[in-house]
Amino acid sequence: MSLTGFFLMSFLIVHLTVNLLLIFDDTGVLFNQAAHFMVSNPIIKVVEPVLAIGFILHMIYAGILTINNMVARPVGYKKVNQKQASTWASRNMFVLGSLIVIFLILHIMNFYWKLKVEQSVALIMVDGAEMHDTYTLVSSLFKASLIYNLFYIAGAIFLGIHLTHGFWSAFQTIGWSGNIWRKRIEVVGKVFAFLIALGFSIIPLYFIIKF
Amino acid sequence: MSEKILNNLKIKVWRQKNAQTKGQFETYPIDNISTDTSFLEMLDILNYQLVEEGKDPIVFDHDCREGICGTCSLFINGRAHGPDDDITTCQLHMRKFKNDETITIEPWRAKSFPVIKDLMVDRTAFEKILQSGGFVSVNTGGVPDGNAIPIGYDDAEAAMDAASCIGCGACVATCKNSSAMLFVSAKVSHLARLPQGQVEAARRAKSMVAKMDELGFGNCSNTGACEVECPKGISITNIATLNREYLKAKIAD
Ligand code: HEM
Ligand code: SF4
Ligand code: FES
Repeated sequence: MSLTGFFLMSFLIVHLTVNLLLIFDDTGVLFNQAAHFMVSNPIIKVVEPVLAIGFILHMIYAGILTINNMVARPVGYKKVNQKQASTWASRNMFVLGSLIVIFLILHIMNFYWKLKVEQSVALIMVDGAEMHDTYTLVSSLFKASLIYNLFYIAGAIFLGIHLTHGFWSAFQTIGWSGNIWRKRIEVVGKVFAFLIALGFSIIPLYFIIKF
Repeated sequence: MSEKILNNLKIKVWRQKNAQTKGQFETYPIDNISTDTSFLEMLDILNYQLVEEGKDPIVFDHDCREGICGTCSLFINGRAHGPDDDITTCQLHMRKFKNDETITIEPWRAKSFPVIKDLMVDRTAFEKILQSGGFVSVNTGGVPDGNAIPIGYDDAEAAMDAASCIGCGACVATCKNSSAMLFVSAKVSHLARLPQGQVEAARRAKSMVAKMDELGFGNCSNTGACEVECPKGISITNIATLNREYLKAKIAD
């Protein structure tokens, strides 16, 4: 769980870095080049299936864990008062994860599917290299519909909440915590979660405001 | 704190004949309870009342009634060991409650802690976990030998903190996953910090974790609820220590 979690979090950093290029260059050249670099890079070719496996393993473990934990308490409590004892995110990781899955399915249909399976994205020349016009694919979606923008923002927020618990939890799981490090990791985790949520939200927000 | 008398309390309590029957809640009214009464004394008074009415008294676990043995339990108003922090149920007093209040009392709920009767649950599973590794098999000598082995202050303190676990099971009861990680981690990190325990550290971590899983406790997802409800304030940094010890042992294999 924690290994896949760490892996997915490192993926998020790369993914967000590339995405942020969307808002720094309205001509789209920068983003297209970055996207092209990502698809033509042999490392990414290897990482792509690994990423898919990472997601699938994370989801399978999450499912097994959640079912086991439900089985471990066949008769529940009538009255539970846990607000002061643990955070909402930590108690609802599976709910948050499932919301992320719904987001992911639509997200993959929006972009990956059109690029790789349907091959319906136009090719353009940038600096003498032929590549997919990923910028137009993404920006036209965000320019076209407010609903999509809000959907992406919601996805980013759910992911952020998942990580407010997930980040520190992953460190605790591998035993990297102690009286001193625990507080540090919790703080870094909250900041990381916030930056991820903010970073991914800024892109649709930018398109709402600018276009 | 001056004494007050509480009236019109309603005690909503889980009644269950034995492990085979289903059980249900019953609500009993009780009056004239001093705020200086302990929670278990209140239940004693209620039981006198029930006996006089010709009803079965409520069965609940208790022994020392001074917060050291770990026998008392009870999930009171949605919290293990009741609304007060860092104490066992036997140390809880009625001053934490108000007139006219309905007080809900449930047994620890976990597959591995089956109900024996009413509020009493079977915590043999904890003994089984201890038997699988919560000991040292070296001869540690007599009492004076204890002082002959120098142990650093921080390690001694951390080991003592972990050793203060009384095995009450509140951590399992409060955990949304019914996980016994806090209990197991207290034992493992207590012994792993001391030279007498280090010899068997790897074997202990592996076999206690395996036993805990085998007995049907849930998996820890680091919600941290256990350390909040633990009457002895055992910290979940012990769980990080257990995870470290466990990983170390597995990698060494
Ligand atoms: C980019 C997406 C995701 C990232 C970065 C991520 C990250 C994490 C991290 C770091 C943890 C903590 C691991 C640990 O405690 O050892 C975690 C836990 C969890 N994740 Fe995810 N996750 C993602 C997507 C999902 C999805 C799609 C699901 C599907 C159901 C999911 C379900 C869970 C559950 C149930 C837990 C709790 C398990 C536990 O704490 O032991 N996550 N996640
Ligand atoms: S860790 Fe705390 S809550 Fe769990 S059994 Fe020990 S004393 Fe009780
Ligand atoms: S009865 Fe011994 S700790 Fe409560």
